[in-house]
Amino acid sequence: MSASVEAAVGSRPAAVVAGHPGRPRARVLSSLSRWLFIAPAVLYVAVFFGYPVVKNVVMSFQDYSTRTFFTGEAPWVGFKNYAATFGSSLFTTTVVNTALFTIGSIVAQFVIGLGLALFFKRSFPLSGFLRGLLLLPWLLPLIASSAVWKWMLDQDSGAVNQFLGLFGIPAVPWLVSPNLALVAVIGVNIWLGIPFNTTILYSGLQSVPQELYEAASLDGAVGVRAFRYITWPSIRSVVSVVIVLGVVYTLKVVDIILGLTGGGPANSTQTLATNAYHQSFVNFQFGEGAAVSNVLIVVSFVFAIVYISLSRKAVDE
Amino acid sequence: MSALGVLFLALMIFPVYWMVNSSLQGAQGAASMTWFPTSPTFDGYIAAFQQQSQNFLTSMIVSLGSVIVTLVFATPAAYGLARFRMRGTGAFLLVLLVTQMIPTIVIANALYTLFNDVGLLNSYLGLILADAAAQIPFSILLMRAFMESIPSSLVEAALVDGANNFRAFISIVVPISRNAIVTAALFTFLGAWGDFLIALTLTSTTAVRPITLGIYNYIGSNVTNWGPVMATAVLASLPAAVLLVIAQRYIAAGALGGAVK
Repeated sequence: MSASVEAAVGSRPAAVVAGHPGRPRARVLSSLSRWLFIAPAVLYVAVFFGYPVVKNVVMSFQDYSTRTFFTGEAPWVGFKNYAATFGSSLFTTTVVNTALFTIGSIVAQFVIGLGLALFFKRSFPLSGFLRGLLLLPWLLPLIASSAVWKWMLDQDSGAVNQFLGLFGIPAVPWLVSPNLALVAVIGVNIWLGIPFNTTILYSGLQSVPQELYEAASLDGAVGVRAFRYITWPSIRSVVSVVIVLGVVYTLKVVDIILGLTGGGPANSTQTLATNAYHQSFVNFQFGEGAAVSNVLIVVSFVFAIVYISLSRKAVDE
Repeated sequence: MSALGVLFLALMIFPVYWMVNSSLQGAQGAASMTWFPTSPTFDGYIAAFQQQSQNFLTSMIVSLGSVIVTLVFATPAAYGLARFRMRGTGAFLLVLLVTQMIPTIVIANALYTLFNDVGLLNSYLGLILADAAAQIPFSILLMRAFMESIPSSLVEAALVDGANNFRAFISIVVPISRNAIVTAALFTFLGAWGDFLIALTLTSTTAVRPITLGIYNYIGSNVTNWGPVMATAVLASLPAAVLLVIAQRYIAAGALGGAVK
């Protein structure tokens, strides 16, 4: 995807046309027929992305509830939905959970992913095969992974507790204890993110020229020093893309949390995304759901802007 | 080195093993599940088929429908963006990137009210359109990267011979871009197949229920027998596995094609 960012940022309208003035095709390609290629997709994106984003902003200022679907009335309530959202103690909980979930997932995914990428880079027997096998968890739909983990983390007979039991550790209430559920959910999300991080970082490592390491080893830079002075500076742009994309995708996560805990117990795994779902589709308070959604979208866009400016910088470098 | 790698990989793919292992021990209760399927039974799969075959079919219809809708809208757009530089195309590309970052729940929230107004809730068409929407931006970006590498002389030759833009697109660009189109179709299928949130929010009855919701309904209640649940999870994972094996050739070519300019 970063390739398309470069292209998107790098392309300037009319650049190509200006480059070939007077070609016969300039006459043949009427402006209308060119637009007919793109217009349907523009329309589609406008209906399915543009409209929802605008509609959410509107809904967040309305009392939009089950009644609205019967009467068609959604009275304006000003900032009431936002006041209710920011005023509830649940909001603080969800913001803290979202931060912990995102930071915990990203840091661990990245560290383990980088470790694995470095590990696989020293090609050893089976390394290619094992790297391919690492992608196996990707084949499972997210909700199927959630089901497997819910079963593995089952308190009474789940595989994790059975294994721990071999060492005399009593059954751990992974998903039913409000203190542990968030840790368990973060753990599952880390597991899900490792293949992505390893794959992208591995390809980043592959692009570091081998001569750099050879030259550095002459100067005595090997091991940790080689990593610090050669590897890290060389893969820094890949690292920033992996992390920012990771944050944006982690903020969106709903499937795993709903599948594992449904946001419980006692809202201990409720994030902004799952809370938006609950307000709208469980409590049928679409106005408040829209308010929470808008908070989520603002946070996502901040990171989106960081991502785009980073990839723009990567092109300039 | 290899031993360490095998150990770590075993840890990473243990859940996949456990899914298959549990699916073959359908007859027993949760407490008697063992580490190895020493006496495998297909009872779990039989139960899964009885309870989930309709959902499986629904997933198939919705996913294939999404592939068709996505390709119809995304392929011409990818070509248009790759070949024509017009006012606004740069902005549209940026919009496509940004759509990848909009949380699905934000879309679902507003789409529910829209679909309610036009009667698309609990319908195949509604799910197909919404699932395709989630995949169209990425498909455009993917195919555009490939189509930029098509030499413009090829298309120009056809234009000189009197073909119009659309004929040139159908008879030259589409066949050349086969690998990229297959790759986009595959990602779309997998995305729509694995979708959970769109189906959860835009359906409320059992009329149109994909397999992901079938799994969710299993694990939403207190599960006592995991055999059928894990068998369903295996069945839900199979299409991805089969497709990836079949299409490996196309993906490698389709994903790399854009990089070679």
